[in-house]
Formats: sequence, C-alpha cells, structure tokens
Amino acid sequence: MVLTLGKMNKVVKDAMEALRGIQDGMTVMFGGFGLCGIPENCISALVELGIKDLTCISNNAGVDEFGLGLLLRKHQMRKMIASYVGENKEFERQLLSGELQVELIPQGTLAERIRNGGAGIPAFFVPAGYGTEVQGNKEVREFNGKMHVLETGMTADFAIVKAKYGDTRGNLIYNYTANNFNGPMATAGKITIAEVEELVPYGELDPNHIHTPGVFVQRIFQGTNYEKRIEFTTTRN
Amino acid sequence: MALDKNGIAKRIAQELRDGYYVNLGIGIPTLVANYIPEGMDVTLQSENGLLGIGPFPEKDKVDADLINAGKQTVTYLPGAAFFDSAASFAMIRGGHIDLTVLGAFEISEQGDIASWKVPGKLVKGMGGAMDLVAAAKNIIVALMHTDKEGNSKLLKKCTLPLTGVKCVKRIVTDLAVIDITPAGFKLIERAPGVSVEQIVSATEAHLIVEGDIPEMKI
Repeated sequence: MVLTLGKMNKVVKDAMEALRGIQDGMTVMFGGFGLCGIPENCISALVELGIKDLTCISNNAGVDEFGLGLLLRKHQMRKMIASYVGENKEFERQLLSGELQVELIPQGTLAERIRNGGAGIPAFFVPAGYGTEVQGNKEVREFNGKMHVLETGMTADFAIVKAKYGDTRGNLIYNYTANNFNGPMATAGKITIAEVEELVPYGELDPNHIHTPGVFVQRIFQGTNYEKRIEFTTTRN
Repeated sequence: MALDKNGIAKRIAQELRDGYYVNLGIGIPTLVANYIPEGMDVTLQSENGLLGIGPFPEKDKVDADLINAGKQTVTYLPGAAFFDSAASFAMIRGGHIDLTVLGAFEISEQGDIASWKVPGKLVKGMGGAMDLVAAAKNIIVALMHTDKEGNSKLLKKCTLPLTGVKCVKRIVTDLAVIDITPAGFKLIERAPGVSVEQIVSATEAHLIVEGDIPEMKI
C-alpha cells in the first residue's frame, strides 16, 4: 500500500463562502489579542451578512471603529464573553443601556476553557477566581492545600482564526504574538475557519513548524486587504 | 521624601535575581524593566505569548503582530519564544514564572488584593490578573500608599471586589517596603527621609514595627 496525502482540499474562495451556514443566535469564537491576530476578513463579512444575536467569545471586544467593534456598531452582538473589554466606548454604551450582556472570565481560565473544549475535557479545576465574584456558585475543591474552582470546557458553533501561513489541508503557522487565542480557538469550533495572509499548496510548509495541525480546520482561505491596525504604537523615543 | 513611580520601580528591581522569569503588569510594574541591573539575565514574560520582551521598537521596525499585554508595540530579544495564550497561562498557573509584579487599588493584611473593579465605575475586566495572583510563586504589589484624598490603600480588609485572596507576599509603596506575614503587615524598609511614624499614620491596618527600620538604598 502506498500512503499519499493531497486530495483533501479545505480551501474556500473567501470569507463569505467560509461563513456558509452561520445563523442568527450562534456562538462564535474570534481569535486575537486586542487587534493583534484578528480575523479581519470574516469580521467584515459578518457585518455584511448582518448576522444578529451573536454570542461572541474573544479575549477583547475590539475598538470602536475596528475589530469586533464593527459588529457592535451594527448591534449584531447579544453577548460578549471576554477577559478585558477596556478600549471600546460603544461597548460601554450598549452594556449600560442593557442591549449587550457581558461575561468576564479571567484570561488564563478563558484560554484553558477553550483548550479543554477543543480537547474534549468537559471540566477542570483552576485556582484563579477563588474567593472572588468569579467563583460564584461554582464547585470548589482543595488540592495540595490550595483552593480551586471548577470550570468547564468551551466550544462554539464557529471558531474563526487568523494565521500568517496556511496550506490547502488547513495546517497553520502564526506570526509572533498573533498566535494568542487563535491556537486554542482553532481546536474548539464545530466549524473552524482559518483566514491566512498566505495560502500555499500542501507540502510547502515545514511540518516541524506547524502550530495548528489541519485536522482542527474545516475551511481555509487567503484573506485580502489586511489593515493590521495597531492599538498603541510605542517606539523607543 | 516619598518615592515617585520610578523610585518604586527602582526598589522593586532590587528583588530581581539572575535567571528569573518575570511578569510585569501595566503601570508602575512596567517601569521595573528600566532598572534591571546590567548583566543580570532576567526574562520578561508577556501573557499574550512572548518570553523575552525587548525594548520598544525603532519607528521603522513597528510590527502589528508583535505587541505586549498592554497592546503596545514591542520587540523580542535573541533567545525569545512565542506561544499561544493557553501555553502562556500554563507557565503562570504551573508556577514556572518566578516573580509577578502588579498594581492594585487595595491590599489587606491577609494578603488579599483588589485591583480590577470599582463598583459604580464601568468594569473593564480582570484580564490576566486573577490567573497571575492565584498562581504566581512570588507576588510583589507596586502602589501608592494612599489615594489622592490621603486614604490608606493598606487595609484590615479590602472594600473593593477581590482579584485574589491571601496571595500577596510583599508591597512596595512610595513610603515603604512591607511584607505580609501570618501576623499581618510588617514594615521592612522606609523610603529615604520618611519616618516610621509617617508610615504608620498612612496605614489603616496595624503595622508590625520591630527594631530599627532601615532606609531603602536606591
């Protein structure tokens, strides 16, 4: 028997095709930290599609004019699950007016809930949040003399991630700190969409350097017109 | 005289040791990076996925894919490593980071910390602070001893929502270095020219003062 790879092709034309099947009220994960490593093309396509009542899971909520702020502006978000939502005035306004619900989760717990969701682990204990309002009614237990809180794994209808390089089989390589939540989220979508800056034929990426193996990715496309905005440009002088 | 923010950072830098992996929070803690003793091998972690933070970039070297946890553009040093957010907090939760320095609104004499939420003000979120305080082996808090109205931030019990319980080991303020012991706050050092009486009167909680309290050397 000769084993070969290659017939499998996960490539779709663009963000619109990648988002096929998305519906109002779904739960969607968005990779990125601040504006670093966010799936710009899919966010724009979601705005264009006008999908509403989304539960969005992302470390942050974008800024007023960019990132997830674009979905906020069009009132497409019903609930935001994040660890920090500081840089967004429209977010504050919708939160105070009751249009938007927010669930704040410690950043490491958020990452681990997503990692566990993708890895098929329904629940796990962490020390973060013990003795704080994050603990709420969650089960607590002592391990090694320290108190821990029971947290659950988290998945989503769609997980949308952004990578620097991808191949036709869905293998992904991230760039610098643009990996962040993209890596864990890629594993946790019922459908995972990867938009990449450069899409190459399978076999061209060094298998030693793959961050996200293609098994986690269902749809992939090469994005266009990346703005890659910077929140705080800070230079040496 | 009471220290300024840079003075606090300078004093905290004296807590660094060769080979340490360190996470610096936003605000005064970030300034600690400016005072790492020359020749000391200290690796700075940024919880968005970088070990080995370098200086801020030259204007023409700014890269949107390379930021710190404060979302500022940064550089990385030779020997650095990048990783995802789950791996980043595995380092933190797993006790692989030697020292965490962060800011706070209030500290209690039990070592509780309140740093993320002020009722009545809009909540921005805890970010990684709860994970850091719950897991780090050694936590130093950098803060001003009192607020602008002169109210002590070192309390018998925190009044604001907590970030973590019984976790802070040492506090460096503009007035003093204070350790949290099973018996409560214990005065270790005074800022240059600041008297023990001044520190005691600026501290709402009981302050243990034993023997002569040396001045900080900065």
